[in-house]
Amino acid sequence: MPPLLEVKDLKTYFYTQSGVVKAVDGVSFSLEDGEILGLVGESGSGKSVSALSIMRLVSDPPGKIISGEVKFMGEDLLKLNKDEMRSIRGHKISMIFQEPMTSLNPVLTIGKQLTEAIELHLKVDKQAARDRAAKLLESVGISDSNRRLDDFPHQFSGGMRQRVMIAMGMSCNPKLIIADEPTTALDVTIQAQVLEVLKSMVANTNTAVIVITHNLGVVARYADRVNVMYAGKIIETAKATELYANPRHPYTIGLLKSVPRLDEPKKDKLVPIEGQPPDLTNLPAGCSFRSRCPYAFEKCAVETPPLLQVGDNHFSACWADVRKAVPAKK
Amino acid sequence: MTQQRTSPSSTKSTDNLLIQVQGLKMYFPVNAGLIIQKKIADIKAVDGVSFDIMKGETMGLVGESGCGKTTTGRCILMLYRPTAGEIKYEGVDITKLKNSELRPLRRKMQIIFQDPYGSLNPRMNAGAIIGEPIVIHKLIKSKAEYRERVESLLSEVGLNPYMSDRYPHEFSGGQRQRIGVARALAVEPQFIVCDEPVSALDVSIQAQVINLLEELQDRRKLTYLFIAHDLSVVRHISDRVCVMYLGKAVELTDRNTLYENPLHPYTKALLSAVPIPDPEVESKRERIILTGDVPSPLNPPPGCNFHTRCPIAIDICKSVIPEWREKDPGHWVACHRV
Repeated sequence: MPPLLEVKDLKTYFYTQSGVVKAVDGVSFSLEDGEILGLVGESGSGKSVSALSIMRLVSDPPGKIISGEVKFMGEDLLKLNKDEMRSIRGHKISMIFQEPMTSLNPVLTIGKQLTEAIELHLKVDKQAARDRAAKLLESVGISDSNRRLDDFPHQFSGGMRQRVMIAMGMSCNPKLIIADEPTTALDVTIQAQVLEVLKSMVANTNTAVIVITHNLGVVARYADRVNVMYAGKIIETAKATELYANPRHPYTIGLLKSVPRLDEPKKDKLVPIEGQPPDLTNLPAGCSFRSRCPYAFEKCAVETPPLLQVGDNHFSACWADVRKAVPAKK
Repeated sequence: MTQQRTSPSSTKSTDNLLIQVQGLKMYFPVNAGLIIQKKIADIKAVDGVSFDIMKGETMGLVGESGCGKTTTGRCILMLYRPTAGEIKYEGVDITKLKNSELRPLRRKMQIIFQDPYGSLNPRMNAGAIIGEPIVIHKLIKSKAEYRERVESLLSEVGLNPYMSDRYPHEFSGGQRQRIGVARALAVEPQFIVCDEPVSALDVSIQAQVINLLEELQDRRKLTYLFIAHDLSVVRHISDRVCVMYLGKAVELTDRNTLYENPLHPYTKALLSAVPIPDPEVESKRERIILTGDVPSPLNPPPGCNFHTRCPIAIDICKSVIPEWREKDPGHWVACHRV
């Protein structure tokens, strides 16, 4: 059976006044039914743009998907026309955005916003849609749901709004949910609530999820598989347990070392990654991480490393073998 | 560092004490009415918080948004006039001072803000931003000295001196936060309130700024009040940690005790909610998922204000406010059940 989603060599560039920003530059990955994929990276690494490209939501101009394939259930989404794409968005693939404050319409009731997609995609009447919406709210842990359908977004707290977003994302039984930083705006205790809700809902329905986040802890807790992105490329991909136990790309290693851990007493010093993320309009030749990389050598400046297999289902885009190479002291 | 004793309202030796906060309350009035404004309620942002800060230590202040941690920090700097309570800085109650008397003290107490984008004036270049406090406090005699001071501050925080002519938009987030640090250091303070200094930065940059803050503390013998919601960062940088919930302190102790042996149910839940970047550890951890949301500080619940979400609450919690007491030496907690 083909995978649920297969992204091949996706490239999304933005044409701006200061030059061409290669936000996503040749990204390939696939996703099975019911799998939870973590997409990790810092701001500007291209994780959100990858997601928006899959949904074909990149604003054009200035953005443009210049090449690649996004095969979803055997169909290339990039070849569909506008109407066909609309019937997939919110139905087969839905998206949960970062800001629960701004992604809900403040002048429509929660019920109106929840039932809109249900009526459109599942082709049911108003009453059936409302019943379904109430059930969905109940299942994300909002009590007295029938009455709360008539409330407006401002009457909900931040955590509840994000749960409404999850209910909305789940409303048409999607095969895939893309959650873009779903809990970044929330406090930790609320973050835990929201993620538990999301996890139990997708487990019950065998929905696949792409979680985009910069929080390595969230990925460790919830993802099956992890793609680490840097400067528009996936630089390492592996099963979550494997990636954290045995990271192979110097950037991944650097990221894991630079965060203090809650369960460990203080070590002497944190080991930050030196330097700044590169300017995407003017990427250097070769590996884009090499200016910050302690393992870099001549080859890194000449040739861009492809994803090389380094273990069972574990790929890393790096010429150096970090197990043998000695990091340079800077 | 050996700073075990940490009792609020203690009358013991005060040599090592820098700041004593006693019964601090900060209420913000809520007004109604279009022309004639009438006070209808108070938001109890901080409602009776007591703790000490020793010289040279880092006190971590953690809690979720709206728990009053930033307000507490700003009260200590007298950026707000507290509603009630005492704040003693080297033994002097600064809440009783007039603004003109506070001015020389402000040199000793500085703040680093959370948002490196919003806290720098976009129309001033880096040199002018860092130099302004030096001029205001008249710390230099000549122009040459001024230039020298600004340049040495820039290199101290890891920026190039030639960057002093650049404007904030030309810097990255991490660099801007370094400018904020340099500005705070410009008047040679003893005490700095770091209000979420790394929350807005990317993870790889966070570590750079945290290391910078630690180096400066060693070199300049600074005392920090480190306000953050990221418990992992607080564990790394703090000597002692105070946990706040809805305007009240619920637990205070040294960092290792807090993380290894938390007593208050809120602290336990908070710690268990933080995901650890290691799937092996994660799969074995016990999680306490709190239900419900934080109540409004406009109308906090009676008794212990955590009882509405507390997994071990009993009847007494609903009516009696738990006392802030020293359960073990140096380990303060406010809960009926411990």
